[in-house]
Amino acid sequence: MLSIKDLYVNYGGINALRGISLNVPDGKIVTLIGANGAGKSTTLRTISGLVRAKSGSIVWNDTELTGKSIDSIVSGGIAMVPEGRRVFSDLTVLENLKIGAYLRKDKEQIEKDIDWVYSLFPRLKERSWQYAGTLSGGEQQMLAVGRALMSKPKLIMMDEPSLGLAPLVVQDIFSIIRTINQEGVTVLLVEQNANMALKVADIAYVLETGVITMTGTGAELLSDPKVREAYLGKSN
Amino acid sequence: MNKTKKNNYIALILIVVFMLVIFALDQLIKPTDSLGMLLTVLQKGSVYALAAVSMNLLNGFTGLFSLGHAGFMLIGAYTYAIFTIPSAERDTVYQYFDAAIRFSFPEAFSNVLGPFGTVLGVIVAVILAGLIATVFAYLIGLPVLKLKSDYLAIATLGFAEIIRAIFQWEKLGPVTNGSNLLKGFVRTSTMQLTIGNVTLSFSTFVPVLIAVICITLIVLLVNSTYGRAFKAVRDDEVAAEAMGINLAKTKQLSFCISSFFAGIAGAMMAMVLSIAQASNFKVSMTYEILLMVVLGGIGSISGSVIGALLFIFSSEWWLRGLDSGSFLGINAPTVFRNGFRLVVFSVIIMIVVLFFSKGIMGDKELPEKIRNWKKNGLFNFKANRKDLGNVLDSAPDESAGHSGRRSKS
Repeated sequence: MLSIKDLYVNYGGINALRGISLNVPDGKIVTLIGANGAGKSTTLRTISGLVRAKSGSIVWNDTELTGKSIDSIVSGGIAMVPEGRRVFSDLTVLENLKIGAYLRKDKEQIEKDIDWVYSLFPRLKERSWQYAGTLSGGEQQMLAVGRALMSKPKLIMMDEPSLGLAPLVVQDIFSIIRTINQEGVTVLLVEQNANMALKVADIAYVLETGVITMTGTGAELLSDPKVREAYLGKSN
Repeated sequence: MNKTKKNNYIALILIVVFMLVIFALDQLIKPTDSLGMLLTVLQKGSVYALAAVSMNLLNGFTGLFSLGHAGFMLIGAYTYAIFTIPSAERDTVYQYFDAAIRFSFPEAFSNVLGPFGTVLGVIVAVILAGLIATVFAYLIGLPVLKLKSDYLAIATLGFAEIIRAIFQWEKLGPVTNGSNLLKGFVRTSTMQLTIGNVTLSFSTFVPVLIAVICITLIVLLVNSTYGRAFKAVRDDEVAAEAMGINLAKTKQLSFCISSFFAGIAGAMMAMVLSIAQASNFKVSMTYEILLMVVLGGIGSISGSVIGALLFIFSSEWWLRGLDSGSFLGINAPTVFRNGFRLVVFSVIIMIVVLFFSKGIMGDKELPEKIRNWKKNGLFNFKANRKDLGNVLDSAPDESAGHSGRRSKS
């Protein structure tokens, strides 16, 4: 269980997060939706340790994460799929996956987990020896997810996994998110594609300019008129 | 996994055969023969091959554009020289100073172990040369590795020059002999073993062996978890950090390891040239090594070796005739005068760069290239280049990050 309380983050003089509090219960899919610059990515980057918090606390299974180094957070079981995929384009698919397991020492288990990721993403297995830069956008996104899974996380955070992908591929990615969740991994999802995100989410938060303005189950927010107007388009 | 094992055996066998050939050449060719030049260029080539590979580890595999190589080689050369000068020769070498370090590893060990001790002493001195270079690299790396791309290059370049100036400093004369050269230490030209009435020469075998061992170690490193971390840092620092790779530590590690092997290359340089003098280790030496790396292909170890050997063979041997009047049977002393070699050499470099825009090997290794050549034919540049550049062709949205590897900030 990850719980954030009263988190403030500044970039220079700009307040990116102004006291947000949220909970990510084990085994759930939690999503953060909001417009550009609302602070969604900042939240993820702060949890993973890439950005330092100004104040507030992030507690992960009874340990405080603020101020901890990135490697201790990753080995603590939190993995991140960065925005824009960011696969290592000059490394092969297999090497990318191995980099995901960088902090792990159990060689035999790593081999098994590579097979596990390949069973989740058969497309990656076919392309095992190909350079990651030669993959299509959707395959790169699968690789980014697989790479994050290689650290054997209990919580996987995804920053805009649908960014720049064709609608059909987006559906694939979201079905993968469900599969991963069914395998017992908690998912914290940040999305612009609010429609898709709310459909898979157990719990959803709406973030506006650094403040959480709404919360509920995915289905609740999906039918909320204000959310429909602001994020889903007023179709009916 | 079995295939990798098989490939490893093949590589091992090839290395052993190669070393046997070098050993045979060492015995068959006398330095005074017409082919004697082959030994000289093999010795020098192995020094530069190791220097180029160690630079490639940093510039090509970790993406840190550093130009401090000559400085670390200088440290290695001096460390090796100072600790292998026999006490009998010490006072003639330090003629203007009172030598401060009066200790020689080969001598100290041979007093106890006999001739075997000399070999052990040389090994210890070579490793010490690498270690001292590593210590300097660690200290320099602490402030400098926070810089990126061009700024890192400028800073390391400056450090190399400062080190050179310090080693020539009069006040350090008792240690470094000031701006005078160090000589008289254990060198390759005297590495011989006499059994009965047979004299075996090791003057080419030893430097080639050191280079082969070191380059093998670098290959193993590059293919290990650490090597993958280096490449990850090169490709995308943010993503690497998100995977739990400690950027500062990884960069420092790569910088130190690269400098360790640069120090060993410096020690070999002293061994081969039989002198160590700070004024030899100028910026131009770093540029020469960089040229070898770029010609061979940034990010390819076999490329660096090929680049270094081609460079040394051409500039020291094959193109020498262009300086002295006759070349390839053409006698033209009026045209082929001192300096003409450099003109031709520049033209060759330009041609190579035109046809191999990413270096001779690109970022591939030799076995992979041979497979491509078999498939496309050796001179089918278009197809070969396509095999090289397929990363660029099929992922246009990534190409900016890919081609701008060095200038990426």
